[in-house]
Amino acid sequence: MRDDIRSWNRLPTVGHRHVLEVRTRNDRLPLPPGDETCIPFGNGRSYGDVCLNPGATVLRTRALDHLIAFDRACGRVTCESGMLLADLLELVVPQGWFPAATPGTRFVTLGGCVANDVHGKNHHDTGSFGNHVRSFELLRSDGQRLTCSAEHNADWFAATIGGLGLTGLITQVTFDLLPVSNPFMITQGYRFATLDEFWRLNACAEREWPYTVAWIDCTRHSGRGILFAGQHAPPQPELPPWKDHHRDVPVDLPFSCINSLSLRVFNEVYYRQKLPRGRHLTHYVPYFYPLDAVKNWNRIYGTRGFYQYQCVLPPQVSADGIADMMRQIAGSGMGSFLAVLKTFGSRPASGMLSFPRPGATLALDFPNLGEKTLRLLNRLDSIVASSGGALYPAKDARMSGAMFRRGFPQWEKMLAFIDPRFSSGFWRRVNEPEG
Amino acid sequence: MSNIIIFGATSAIARACTRDWIAAGHNLFLVGRNADKLEIMRTDLLARSTQGQVVEIATADLNDFSTHEPLYAKAAEVLGMPDTVLVAHGSLPDQKACEASVDLTMCEIRTNALSVISLATLAANLFEPRREGTIAVIGSVAGDRGRQSNYVYGAAKGMVDIFLQGLRNRLAKASITVLTIKPGFVDTPMTAHIPTKGALWATPNDIGQGIIHAVNHKRDVVYLPWFWRIIMLIIRFIPEAIFKRLSL
Repeated sequence: MRDDIRSWNRLPTVGHRHVLEVRTRNDRLPLPPGDETCIPFGNGRSYGDVCLNPGATVLRTRALDHLIAFDRACGRVTCESGMLLADLLELVVPQGWFPAATPGTRFVTLGGCVANDVHGKNHHDTGSFGNHVRSFELLRSDGQRLTCSAEHNADWFAATIGGLGLTGLITQVTFDLLPVSNPFMITQGYRFATLDEFWRLNACAEREWPYTVAWIDCTRHSGRGILFAGQHAPPQPELPPWKDHHRDVPVDLPFSCINSLSLRVFNEVYYRQKLPRGRHLTHYVPYFYPLDAVKNWNRIYGTRGFYQYQCVLPPQVSADGIADMMRQIAGSGMGSFLAVLKTFGSRPASGMLSFPRPGATLALDFPNLGEKTLRLLNRLDSIVASSGGALYPAKDARMSGAMFRRGFPQWEKMLAFIDPRFSSGFWRRVNEPEG
Repeated sequence: MSNIIIFGATSAIARACTRDWIAAGHNLFLVGRNADKLEIMRTDLLARSTQGQVVEIATADLNDFSTHEPLYAKAAEVLGMPDTVLVAHGSLPDQKACEASVDLTMCEIRTNALSVISLATLAANLFEPRREGTIAVIGSVAGDRGRQSNYVYGAAKGMVDIFLQGLRNRLAKASITVLTIKPGFVDTPMTAHIPTKGALWATPNDIGQGIIHAVNHKRDVVYLPWFWRIIMLIIRFIPEAIFKRLSL
């Protein structure tokens, strides 16, 4: 058993019987012996067990990191599924292109972007990653290679986007980029004192800005915070200098640095940060990927790890539901370090199990304090469930089967497309009979 | 713009170097065993290139020394005169299996030392009359001292180390750079079977960056990452009477 394959929140801690490398995109799929199942594992940046397969096999895909084609004139890329978004950015940004949707870290693989149908701060404007995928190749355990797009194998296309790696191995993917003039963003921050103020501010900001996201202070009931709006900068007469700085959390901490005191202090300081007046230029790296500047930041939560919790609530009940959740969290004293609130747009997602849908999404992280934390998350679950919302599988290590089925009504349709040799810890958990 | 030949081009460290070199506008000639992997690399590098560079590939079994001269000729034909050579091929022998088999031991020495010496000799003779060029060879910290756990590999890398010292001495007059690269532990497919990777492990990209820097600055010997120079200094200083009892 190997215990070194972990997801980013270090939960759950599980052993894998086999860790197999996918060497080239043209090879047959390496399969574990007997009828043992496998799941693709990219760069381990999801939070939870969608990328884990306890007691069975993971297929590591990082060797599949080759570019296959890059049309600089129309911004279309074909690359292997193990390529990191960070590598892609280095390649395409200097050529005037940018991914149409990007998550909050650039250390994810493109295969993972498809399999989790990731979204970014511009969802209200541009949709999620799957909306920009033109085609991909799916390698099944029986050796079959399916080229999938909205036109060919359309049902496989829909099952695989957001399909959590269960339909087979995505070997290569073709997707469209957005044109940009330079690597900089024009950004503006707006402080708000209450959630009501946030909703008003957000409605205006969404009309004006393609990228919006709010940080909220969840140590307070009021829901104060800062809304960060951004857009790609138009051509500039002169660009400011920029250099990437890295910090590191070099060692595993035996305990979590996140407690009610450090949370209060951090949130107070963060809320009071000086916001530059009006619009200003920010490089895309600190704007989109602030946490990437701290290598191994997950270590601040200690060896017990942490839970991510991201939900989406339908538009008509968002305001009440989010306020309810904020009350629960502030009351528990277990506030989240970075609570992020954003509204999704109405562009329909391409995948059967895609998470993005119209409404408001709240993302939180909680140090793992065992039962106490799980009880809080269960209370949040009941708010999400009664609002008709859903939890994000890519950030989940504990949702129940009932919660999953309620949030993803197409799950039954999905069953027909799952590769018989593929499974994950997440998938078994949400499909086991309720006891 | 340089013309660069890379032997063992599909190895993880060499691959990292090729991506930097293609971004810097150089032409590349890639030599490896696996035609499929080479073709995938070529497509990747051509898609990355922005200056219409040449990327050509050749498959060869470098243990067959008769392939070496024709490879240089082919590279000169498709790229123009080469000015940098990176020798990056190698294998990580199973030490226990080598102890049980003289044939396997000789075979590993052939792969990791003799073929490298052959390629370096030909490069030297190509560059010497032109009085310019760089010969970069990936050795290993394992070549600095023999240890029970991998002395066949260590002996081969040690032979390469001493050969390159002599070659550097010979070619210094012709202002040719001979670079010995000594990586420590690197997380590559060659070491994928080793499960836990601690703080001493580096990524192929880190090593690639170090190699590019060393080539650009015409260095003689580099340890990558740098701290291995200190570790190996200490290891070399341990008296043999004590060292022989250690289980390193």
